[in-house]
Amino acid sequence: MSHHKLEAIDLKYGYPDGHEAIRGISFEAVHGEAVGIIGANGAGKSTLLMLMMGLLHPNAGKVRIGGVELTAKTLPDIRKRVGMVFQNPDDQLFMPTVGEDVAFGPRNAGLAELEVNQRVTMALERVGILHLRDRAPFKLSGGEKHAAAIASILAMEPDILVLDEPTAGLDPRARRRVMRLLAGFTHTRLITSHDLDMILDLCPRVVILKEGKVAADGLTRQLLAEPDLMADCGMEVPALLQPCARCGHVPFCGHCPSGASVPSGASVPSCASVPSG
Amino acid sequence: MPRQVERHFHSSPLTNAIRDMHRMESLSLLDTGIHRLHPVTKLITTIAFLIAALSFERHAVGRLLPLFLYPLVIAALADLPWKPFLKRLLAVEPLIVGIGILNPLFDPVPISIGDITLARGWLTFLSIVLKTSLAVLAALQLIACTGMERMLSGMHLLGMPRVLVMQISLTYRYITVLAEETGRLLTAYTLRSSGKRGVRAAAWGSLAGMLLLRSFDRAQRVHQAMRLRGYSGYAPLPPGTRPGLRDAVFLACWLSWFVLIRLADLPLLLGRWMTGFFG
Repeated sequence: MSHHKLEAIDLKYGYPDGHEAIRGISFEAVHGEAVGIIGANGAGKSTLLMLMMGLLHPNAGKVRIGGVELTAKTLPDIRKRVGMVFQNPDDQLFMPTVGEDVAFGPRNAGLAELEVNQRVTMALERVGILHLRDRAPFKLSGGEKHAAAIASILAMEPDILVLDEPTAGLDPRARRRVMRLLAGFTHTRLITSHDLDMILDLCPRVVILKEGKVAADGLTRQLLAEPDLMADCGMEVPALLQPCARCGHVPFCGHCPSGASVPSGASVPSCASVPSG
Repeated sequence: MPRQVERHFHSSPLTNAIRDMHRMESLSLLDTGIHRLHPVTKLITTIAFLIAALSFERHAVGRLLPLFLYPLVIAALADLPWKPFLKRLLAVEPLIVGIGILNPLFDPVPISIGDITLARGWLTFLSIVLKTSLAVLAALQLIACTGMERMLSGMHLLGMPRVLVMQISLTYRYITVLAEETGRLLTAYTLRSSGKRGVRAAAWGSLAGMLLLRSFDRAQRVHQAMRLRGYSGYAPLPPGTRPGLRDAVFLACWLSWFVLIRLADLPLLLGRWMTGFFG
């Protein structure tokens, strides 16, 4: 049995105000797989993550991590194996320095101080911010805060990473940096985002949510290129998967005839305007 | 953000207070002999110090002076800068003065010190100022040498109920959350207040309500992030963290000193000895 497998089985959850946020969601992510969870606002992405992490308890259905069902009894062990990076790093960073914050999890796990220090150094090196160890988190830039939040999870050496909007609010350079970082991980990864280009880059598989249910589950490149499905789920086909305005091919195909002209008013890129590769 | 508002936000008393709080706790990351002591040792010593300071009767000003040796020695051994401590002490001083300033009126009995005659209330006033200054200094030094989480772990080891430890820990963490949310709300208010200073009385209710709801929401997310990283009410001390010989020596020395200055009037004895020596 793999410790890195993550399963949601017919999950249902309604908030106390009566809103049914999750209405029977089932999917699984296997060892080393990166799965994107996408959907319009209110589709149930964040609630699903909270259920997967045991922060909310489902009204029906089960969550299994590494074959072990998530219950009040198994929760402490499971939380050692699954690390969650919050959308807003300010919610996650609360200690006086970055180093102390990264050490928070390992210290709670009761590790000896020597091992805590080793883990802090390893995690900060991994995300490339070892030089920020003694800086106060609230003085960091957005990208640095995201890196610190990821390091604080890596220090716990989880098998599975759950990331809620990891590129939200980042400038293009910081976004690329976080994406490079995530691409280098071999953990099982569950990533929610509205950044479909990032999902396209990092997750070969995607689960699309609509009104608390799974609308589609399959290969990212295929599903994200289906205009009807995307429109039905309140999203748009990412620019990189939209057909070429000149030749009708998906951009990057390299088949755009040199003489083809762009129709007036076309807002999508053409093969000729986007470098292939 | 317009410069005026930006300045208001970045240098408001609120943000300065948060910065000061972080600075005080960041001193606990220093690595000195005092910092390496077990938190229980430092807690017991501080409690003994406070008991010693508060146990002196209200006119005994001179006898309090030897107690200043403790904060002086701790500051020197723990490499603590004086400026942030004195700054914080000065911040609470008006409150202390406010409490004791009427003492000379309530206790006008004249007493003579050498050639000077003054109301006995001045002595009690001075005693209050000295005692509270000592208490504030000792408490700040304890946080600066131990850190909040380790100090709370020490309190738990000394028998403080876990639920109380958790309350203090979360209150301390949420002060920042509350202050940040207040800062954001005030900035948003200032940007649309057409340059008027302060907050209109009519807006107080909705601002306070919004602050409560937003802080509650944010505090919940912070707590979730803490729980996901194994937080269960307080941060346990690393395994193997036990008081050693160094702790025993530290505790024995200071407890002996506190008992000595409580039993013997050292300033008086020193004065007599010097009078005898020079006389």
